[in-house]
Amino acid sequence: MAKRVAIIGTGQTHHRSHRLDVNGREMIYEAVNRALDDSGLTIADIDAIVIGNMDHFESINYVDAWSVEGSGGVMKPIMKVTTGGTTGTSVAIAAYYHVASGMFDKVLAIGWEKNSESDTTGAIVTCSDPVWDRYSYSGAIPSLATEASAYMEKYGATPEDAAYVALRERTHAQNNPYAHMYGRPITLQDVMDSPMLAYPIRLLDICPRTDGAAAVIFASEDVAEKLTPQPAWIQAASVRHTFTWFGDVDQRSGLQSLQRASQEAYRIAGIKNPVDDFDVAELYLPYSYAGLKWIEALGFCEPGEGPQFIRDGHTNMGGKIPVNPSGGVMSTNCIGATALLRVAEAAIQVMGKGEARQVPDVNRALATGFGGCWWSDVMILGKEKP
Amino acid sequence: MSDWRDQTEPLVLKGQIKLPYTWSVGETGSRFLIALRDEQKILGNRCSNCDKVYVPPRKNCGFCFKEIGENDWVELGTEGIVKSYTVVHFESPLQPIKPPFAYALIQLDGADVSLMHLIKDNLDRLENGARVKAKFADNRKGDILDIERFEIIREEE
Amino acid sequence: MEDIAIVGVAQTKYEARKYKETYYDMIYEVTKAALKDSGLSLEDIDNVITVSNDFFDGRTISSMAIGEAAGAHDKNISTVEGDGSFGAFYGAMRVLAGYRSTLVVAHGKGSEGDPRFITNAMFDPVYQRPLGIEAISAAALQANTYMTRYGISERQLAQISVKNLGNAKYNPNAHLAMDITVEDVINSPKVATPLKELDCSPVSDGAAAIIIANAEIAQKAKQPPIWIKAITHCSEAYFLGDRDLAVPKALQDAAQRAYKMAGIQDPRQEIDLVELYDAFSYMEPLWLEGMGFCAPGEGVKLTEQGVTALGGELPVNPSGGVLSSHAILVAGLARIIEATLQLRGQAGKRQVKSARTALAHGINGACGQSHCVWILGGA
Repeated sequence: MAKRVAIIGTGQTHHRSHRLDVNGREMIYEAVNRALDDSGLTIADIDAIVIGNMDHFESINYVDAWSVEGSGGVMKPIMKVTTGGTTGTSVAIAAYYHVASGMFDKVLAIGWEKNSESDTTGAIVTCSDPVWDRYSYSGAIPSLATEASAYMEKYGATPEDAAYVALRERTHAQNNPYAHMYGRPITLQDVMDSPMLAYPIRLLDICPRTDGAAAVIFASEDVAEKLTPQPAWIQAASVRHTFTWFGDVDQRSGLQSLQRASQEAYRIAGIKNPVDDFDVAELYLPYSYAGLKWIEALGFCEPGEGPQFIRDGHTNMGGKIPVNPSGGVMSTNCIGATALLRVAEAAIQVMGKGEARQVPDVNRALATGFGGCWWSDVMILGKEKP
Repeated sequence: MSDWRDQTEPLVLKGQIKLPYTWSVGETGSRFLIALRDEQKILGNRCSNCDKVYVPPRKNCGFCFKEIGENDWVELGTEGIVKSYTVVHFESPLQPIKPPFAYALIQLDGADVSLMHLIKDNLDRLENGARVKAKFADNRKGDILDIERFEIIREEE
Repeated sequence: MEDIAIVGVAQTKYEARKYKETYYDMIYEVTKAALKDSGLSLEDIDNVITVSNDFFDGRTISSMAIGEAAGAHDKNISTVEGDGSFGAFYGAMRVLAGYRSTLVVAHGKGSEGDPRFITNAMFDPVYQRPLGIEAISAAALQANTYMTRYGISERQLAQISVKNLGNAKYNPNAHLAMDITVEDVINSPKVATPLKELDCSPVSDGAAAIIIANAEIAQKAKQPPIWIKAITHCSEAYFLGDRDLAVPKALQDAAQRAYKMAGIQDPRQEIDLVELYDAFSYMEPLWLEGMGFCAPGEGVKLTEQGVTALGGELPVNPSGGVLSSHAILVAGLARIIEATLQLRGQAGKRQVKSARTALAHGINGACGQSHCVWILGGA
């Protein structure tokens, strides 16, 4: 019989641009121990492990095998799940299925990346098809820039609209001591003045590169409530990794994968109006313009209305639907962990462990992942067992 | 009935992924490599919970998952016993020396696990149980090849 | 475990170089073929698990190349990077959790890259990679440890290559199939002692797919369902020097839990055939010991006594095993597929008589660091 599943604890490192004091395994160990402490468990209590990162960022083949000393995998079942930027949510969803299947009671999900170890753009370019896309594709930033330009042209959005998103993310990060950008507040003007990378994306419109790890413990309904007073129940998990070729993605239309994944997840969880039904959202927004456009795909507002929705303050702390109280991807981006952090932060909100970044009275939280060829993952967490 | 597939030559695109890396060795590993480089010493460390000495040293024990303490560093000798070996007969640009040479798992005196390294000379005398000694490189940079290779000093005891 | 079954299987021919097909083409081929085999339609497939390796494919996010080819355009999908048997495990868990069916696909094209560079990247970048170590030399260290521990000779291990490459003659998908002798193996070029060329699997191009379904969809499918009685996996330590390479503890753990899950008390009696991951000749007896089919060190005796031969009491690798076809990441899934075909009675000239329960096995990581054990049952 399928089991209902909850997150009972999380852990993450203090994310920084270079963690030279530890190798990858040792960094993973930190996050795992924090998650175990948060859950009141020891590694012996863990029944299985799922781990993910993006291979070419550290050039480690068979990371599940390589990591065992730090991930806790010695004499345990461990497997690697990886799907690019969506890795973190794919890992979370895999851990969810390990438990939902009834085969494992307590499963540890780990996402990590040491972006300092490699040439990020050089590595990312290898994600595109070597025959058709690789010669012309020059990394994440130009690809996102094509989406931003199309959106601006269609709806008249401006760089200042996007800068408000960047400002929000960075401002929220000041409440999150784990965030890479903690202690580094900015102003709107800082965003508008930052160096141009690929029009219209400026340096402060895009996410950083971070060394960091996150660990989340999923538990079955048989044990979750005994382990923590308020588990964060998984109410839905949907994935659409729709395209193979970059040229097939229609940048003039909404983010199709997010539309489809969220529609399915909302149906499963009984969400009718996301802005009303969710109390908080941890969204994978790798750059500022996504904060305008992708909330439309999620049904927060109509297409083209993103900029006004942001300017009206609905996504700030205290607003109708606070987005990224953690500071989001633009404040911390250790790729393999990034999407898992959205799930972890959403769970933290539901469990009431958010401290300075806690949104009051969270009943339901939305978490998303993004990556690959404009792919999306959606997870819905809540106080109530589904 | 033939179709266009039979008449189309399947092309091949040649390419290469060339990516530079700067792996973080971490403080624990750095101490080990610096000892190789500056002192020609091989350090291990001991999990006091399992009473197991590791080389290369670890920040935590993989078996019991406890962190290994500051005070648990051990200087191992530069000699050990061959636990297993293989003589390589094929050449590859990855190899630091030309074949024939051997990879060996060597249990250094004082360690509970084996270290993987290279043996080049006297391969006809190489057998499991042979005693070997580390030969340090003249030009040391703080990496595992600061030990250039191991040399057989005595056959199986 | 609830009733879930394998209802469709497909694999390409394994070959040295599939120069006409891209990964996409191979996955499209096996997806269509698995659907045809099962009699199901794409609509019956709820979700997809793909299996690929970024290093072998020369592409980060290697799953991107083939999601569409696996019919996953508007479906839930994920990717396991590891042997296909582990990917299929994830696929099975998703059916147990409520999906009606999962399509699991795996591909590998060893011909397109240099396996030495690629497997060198499995090793620790600081302590091992600079030595130039790769998968074959590492396996040679394990073979040396195993043979020394139990006094096993190269001639004894050569018998496994003879058996498996001979079995492959009856497998139309096999890459290498030939009648050889122990002398042929002993005289084949030395690679890394004690391994010679004929002790080692080839590197093959290929792809495979299976469809795992719940009882409802299994009824709809046209093949007899092959029920999944148990699936387990376990990893041991990473550094080769931390392990006892002659004792596969992770496999012992996974096998014992699998027998318990499947209600098997006496594996030697109750299991009718084994498809295990013999990337090298020494691995077959070593894994048979780890699975508890005989005492430690006695694995080769099973071959010598004809127990594991095609017509023997416990045939091992009737398909020819990994020694005959090795598409990286696909090979574990291929073991599951062979077990399925055997239990369906569709294994042609290599059919094991009265096969009712089979064990299929995959490994991941150097020298079998991690093992995945499947127990399958026919009607």
